[in-house]
Amino acid sequence: MIQKYAKKFYIALIFIFMYAPIATLIVLSFNASKTRAKWGGFTLQWYGRLFSNRDIMQALSNTLLIALLSAVIATLIGTVATLSIQGMKRRHRAIFMGITNIPMLNAEIVTGISLMLLFLTIRARFGFYTILLSHITFNIPYVILSVMPRTKQLNPSVYEAALDLGASRAQAFFKVVFPDLLPGILSGFLMAFTMSLDDFIITHFTKGPGIDTLSTKIYTEVKKGIKPEMYALSTLIFLSVLILLILVNYRPKANEHA
Amino acid sequence: MSARLIDLQHITKRYNDNTVLDDMNLYIRENEFLTLLGPSGCGKTTTLRIIGGFEKPDEGIVCFNGQDITSLPPNKRRLNTVFQKYALFPHMTIAENIAFGLKISKKSKSYIDDKIKYALKLVNLDGFGGRMPDSLSGGQQQRIAIARAIVNEPKLLLLDEPLGALDLKLRQDMQYELIRLKNELGITFIYVTHDQEEALTMSDTIVVMNQGYIQQIGTPEKIYNEPENAFVADFIGDSNIIASTMIQDELVEILGARFVCVDKGFGIQKPVDVVIRPEDVDLVNPEEGALEGVVTHLIFKGVHYEMEVTANGFEWLVHSTDMFPVGTRVGIRVDPFDIQIMNKPASEDEEAVTIDA
Amino acid sequence: MHKTVRKKTEPPKITYFNGRLLTAPYLFWSVAFIIIPLCMIFYYGLTDQDMAFTLQNITSIATPEHAKALWLSIALSLVSTAICLVLAYPLALILARKNVSQHSFIVLIFILPMWMNFLLRTLAWQTLLEKTGVINSVLQFLHLPALNIINTPGAIILGMVYNFLPFMVLPLYNSLTKIDPNVINAAYDLGANAMQTFLRVIFPLSIPGVISGITMVFVPALTTFVISNLLGGSKILLIGNVIEQEFTQASNWHLGSGLSIVLMAFIILNMVLTAVFDKNGEGTAL
Repeated sequence: MIQKYAKKFYIALIFIFMYAPIATLIVLSFNASKTRAKWGGFTLQWYGRLFSNRDIMQALSNTLLIALLSAVIATLIGTVATLSIQGMKRRHRAIFMGITNIPMLNAEIVTGISLMLLFLTIRARFGFYTILLSHITFNIPYVILSVMPRTKQLNPSVYEAALDLGASRAQAFFKVVFPDLLPGILSGFLMAFTMSLDDFIITHFTKGPGIDTLSTKIYTEVKKGIKPEMYALSTLIFLSVLILLILVNYRPKANEHA
Repeated sequence: MSARLIDLQHITKRYNDNTVLDDMNLYIRENEFLTLLGPSGCGKTTTLRIIGGFEKPDEGIVCFNGQDITSLPPNKRRLNTVFQKYALFPHMTIAENIAFGLKISKKSKSYIDDKIKYALKLVNLDGFGGRMPDSLSGGQQQRIAIARAIVNEPKLLLLDEPLGALDLKLRQDMQYELIRLKNELGITFIYVTHDQEEALTMSDTIVVMNQGYIQQIGTPEKIYNEPENAFVADFIGDSNIIASTMIQDELVEILGARFVCVDKGFGIQKPVDVVIRPEDVDLVNPEEGALEGVVTHLIFKGVHYEMEVTANGFEWLVHSTDMFPVGTRVGIRVDPFDIQIMNKPASEDEEAVTIDA
Repeated sequence: MHKTVRKKTEPPKITYFNGRLLTAPYLFWSVAFIIIPLCMIFYYGLTDQDMAFTLQNITSIATPEHAKALWLSIALSLVSTAICLVLAYPLALILARKNVSQHSFIVLIFILPMWMNFLLRTLAWQTLLEKTGVINSVLQFLHLPALNIINTPGAIILGMVYNFLPFMVLPLYNSLTKIDPNVINAAYDLGANAMQTFLRVIFPLSIPGVISGITMVFVPALTTFVISNLLGGSKILLIGNVIEQEFTQASNWHLGSGLSIVLMAFIILNMVLTAVFDKNGEGTAL
């Protein structure tokens, strides 16, 4: 009995540890005082001002656009690459996985400066596209790692059964194999989107002077003090994802057949 | 005799250096229930995959109704396959699974609906159309796999160890079910299995395969009663296989004793293999038998007793309804028509016979 | 008798469309954006401003300023890795036994917090840790001594533990859920008590997860420059801060690359460790 409560208590402690800063930020978004240090009363003004703050809105649209594009492209490249692994020899597969693991295991700062050096060498103009290319690069492994288990579970007879029943190779793939892979592809996409959204370090090294994502904007604001609108924006993003998650998890499970 | 539906000519298939099928010739007549029987790795599944179009032979041609279909892809062949582990599409309902082939060939909605209903009735799964595959038992999934194949009205149905994943009782039920289906539909079945009992129960013709070669083709009775070589004899049921000498026509010397048999034409003083089924060994009083031996093991098997009798250094396997306790001295007698004489193979490869069933 | 059965021949694996063609985009991408950039670090790290070969960028790690930063990084990341392990193991044990759906757990601990910006989350600890902040108010209320770790290495360790704890929990949880419950039951059945069962059966079986958790926390902790920047004030320099400054302020890419090579030596050691202990890739967390 005591053990049972001890366990619950421990989980609760970790949960508080993980979510205390998040709660703090949400509270700060309603703080009328401009500084973090003291509570100046409840206000909604930051939420109102948020949408007229062009800098923040620009950073938000950059962040979302880069996250969306990099996730889409990484999902395409990663899914196609994972499919190609099927026919590979063991040794080639090991090399393939080795390369895939480099951005996962390497330090972000090293990945960041390596890409920075590349763009410097080819004299690329630092900006939107250098960030996008970098995000695609670190997103591909997440897609591969979430699609891979699905392709391993595939029953090759299912593909052959579709051919046997008259489907062409393309029909067999899109009607039978693809739907089986879809959950893996979707979770890879979401993972990639999330990673891109939360990235700071790699963006920091590959962005140019005129462009900011939310992360780099916050970083430059640290010294002068974070604008409270930023808390409001973060709260909005966080709460909408939370609500979305709750909706997805508690939707009627009648049509689920995993 | 009806026409040849499938004709395999000089089929050879290699994976890397491994020859899986070597110059194989085989034909299947329309409306036949033909079984490819053999241990795993004998080439039976490869044969089926070549007929289905999932593998291309390295040499040789596949004819279907007299037309060369060797390089025709599977989706263009008028035959369907029932896969080993059913291979139902997990994300589609039963009805969608059955409708898959019909939708691909752009049949009308009412036609498809009728077919689904008909097929579900045929496999005794009325009303299962809305269910998902993983909510069905193994036996039910197997029936759906069959239904999904036959709604396309193939001329030929290929079945790749379809009952392998089912338990014994269900397997026996499904064997009868398959025979019934075949008779009702009037289509040709090619069935792959390593289970000799299944093959004997269901087939019109059995093709015994080993090491990429056809060992024997024949009716179940012929395969069982007159195995052409030691492999077939050993693979189909229990048997006593004894190296012997053919003294002359209709007389063979087994373990030093002379037995009258019915075979001719093996030559004089020729080494041969003799096959005697355990139920064909008659145990009699010691002085009445051609050979004398001692019972060394005794097991009650229900229908009969299984005994081992050591005689002249050979362990005879004997099935009999009479019981002789361990240690009993007995005589061994075999009726002439129960002795099956086989040529000794010069090497393992030559064990194959050229086919003309 | 011919009972010998030929080795089972597997039919070749299925390739959907043309295998080689499918690999091409990824292969191109990884050469262009992973392999070549890594080579560039080595190129810059091993040359001076005039592009002549030198080892000076690497040996400069031995200068007192750099050596101190590296030493502090190693010390802080070791401590935070240890704390993560101690915090995460009980959590993973509890969760592994609870049959919580793995998915919702990963989302709750790992994914959902990511939608609140990582810099803001770390900054929020400043607010929490301040002299008159939430934590000290609670401590005061409980008549406990105040916690003054803001702008000290202690705050950096806290930030590291906070940010990298999920990387420890997930591999541990994965390796613990893979243990067959009957193996644990067998240990009890053979007379082991709870402690003995843990020490002799559960813990040894979870070692791949422990190793991979350690490597997954150690690398980002060792190389961070953000957490030290946000929580350590401006006085505490980690090796990550030194490298970052060489690139963004001093513009000495050669020195920055040279120091990165030193960092990579640790990372490669880490990869080797992971490869040796975690052959099934079960610790890759995702």
